[in-house]
Amino acid sequence: MTALLNVDVINNGRPLLQLERLSIVSKKSPNRFLVDDVSFSIEAGKTTCVVGESGSGKSLTALSVMGLLSKQLQLSSGKVLFNDAELGVQDLSSLDAESLRKIRGAKIAMIFQEPMTSLNPVLTVGYQIGESLTAHLGLKGAVLKSRIANLLDMVGILPNRADSYPDELSGGQRQRVMIAMSIACEPRLLIADEPTTALDVTVQAQILKLLDDLKTRMNMGMLFITHDFGVVADIADNVVVMFRGKIVEAGTKNEVLNHPQHPYTKALLACVPDAEGKNPLQPIDYAWLNDSVQEALVEEGIV
Amino acid sequence: MISPILVANNLVKTYTQRSGKFGFGSSLVKALDDVSVSLRQGSTLAVVGESGSGKSTLARCLLQLQPLDSGEVLFAGQDLSKMNSAELRAVRKNLQMVFQDPFASLNPRMRVGEIVGEGLLIHRVGTKISQQQQVIAMLKRVGLDESDMQKYPHEFSGGQRQRIGIARALVLQPKVVVCDEPVSALDVSIQAQILLLLKELQQEMALSYVFISHDLRVVRHIANDIVVMYAGKIVEQGSVVDIYNNPQHEYTRNLLAAIPGKKSA
Repeated sequence: MTALLNVDVINNGRPLLQLERLSIVSKKSPNRFLVDDVSFSIEAGKTTCVVGESGSGKSLTALSVMGLLSKQLQLSSGKVLFNDAELGVQDLSSLDAESLRKIRGAKIAMIFQEPMTSLNPVLTVGYQIGESLTAHLGLKGAVLKSRIANLLDMVGILPNRADSYPDELSGGQRQRVMIAMSIACEPRLLIADEPTTALDVTVQAQILKLLDDLKTRMNMGMLFITHDFGVVADIADNVVVMFRGKIVEAGTKNEVLNHPQHPYTKALLACVPDAEGKNPLQPIDYAWLNDSVQEALVEEGIV
Repeated sequence: MISPILVANNLVKTYTQRSGKFGFGSSLVKALDDVSVSLRQGSTLAVVGESGSGKSTLARCLLQLQPLDSGEVLFAGQDLSKMNSAELRAVRKNLQMVFQDPFASLNPRMRVGEIVGEGLLIHRVGTKISQQQQVIAMLKRVGLDESDMQKYPHEFSGGQRQRIGIARALVLQPKVVVCDEPVSALDVSIQAQILLLLKELQQEMALSYVFISHDLRVVRHIANDIVVMYAGKIVEQGSVVDIYNNPQHEYTRNLLAAIPGKKSA
């Protein structure tokens, strides 16, 4: 257990992950930037939330960190600098498949949006949690079993559920299993792509708390993708707001949520319904965009 | 006191679930356990609860899309649960539904004009030309264009598809519309647009809504009354202001406490 909680603070003055001028294009139309000149960094032990509407490029940004972009897309420029105590600083975007495989799951892990579809229905959850432990750390037999039990316990599931199949668990429990899988090898960076969007509010609150606790205990950096400002307020340290592939605003949670500078951030915050019902509902305001961009939006059917 | 337009009394619906080793055993799950609600004319009744609490079953049972085990659903004095299918079809003109998933609820092989006009065709409302005109008027009212009639659903964004779903439900000039999580699949920025559209249409067409949702932030802005469901039972009901300001039941308090964004507020 002590090994699990071992907090090795890397302090060579560099952040854990640094995206430098990242751009992603579709191979078919290399002039259309899906992600356009995006730079931000993530510190160990901190959560950076990327917020935006669908199509803003937030998921693509996350996938590119893991080198999981689909074949139709490519990184046209930019660097993904990952800082690790053992490996030093590496540009993930230039690594070959073999080296990337060693990093995925071990150093950087990812939680996906749909807990229903991202687990294999014909394997027990215990087996699925153990896969990365066997692959990266070579654990076997009783050691592996106790480690799986340990992980399930950490995410709040009874260890004897290791022999259950995914369909025997509820949505919240499945997402907990996904979290157990992702933290199995104590990654330095956890990427969570809308991990609570498919869940109920009460379960969502539990999962957010769990992720926040784990992040603090294991001193992980977390890249958290969401479109819900309520979730941002609960979990973020830093916030990056994306719109149409570009970062329009970035800063600490307090700066972005309480003192937004960019008109898009203001418009997006204004259309979040408040639970007190004090402010009237208002649709998102694109008036700040200049005419040519607005026309393009209408053509694409976004407005 | 405004008279209720739709009343449900003592609804019971039980599902059989396979259980035990190899699913040889079976157990009963009560999806609706003695549920009674009433919808006031021109108002919005929100049904909230977590998944599995029976709120979608309630929506479907209100419209008789699923048979009830027992209980009655009274619309304008008639018991829907005792009607045969021909009578039901006639009365469903007044009872429409907007579905959750704007991607799955529109037939991908039909043009938008056909999707929206199908109800008019089935209920033989007016001539072909007047049906056309009604479809165009409805599409324009929900913020779409006449030229959109010739397009297929996949050519639209999520928000636009939900507008098509709303147009389809409202073109028959219904009295009651059941909205099953109409905005939960949409971006925050689009949610407000659709909610405002629903509110405006309610005013114009004197609609009564049953609004199923798990997002209490949304419910706060659209509902007049709230029913809180848990495990097939109603644990609390009352006006929006009462429930939000003075929740009586433990479960309601939990739900309200789980609204994201409370921590920093």
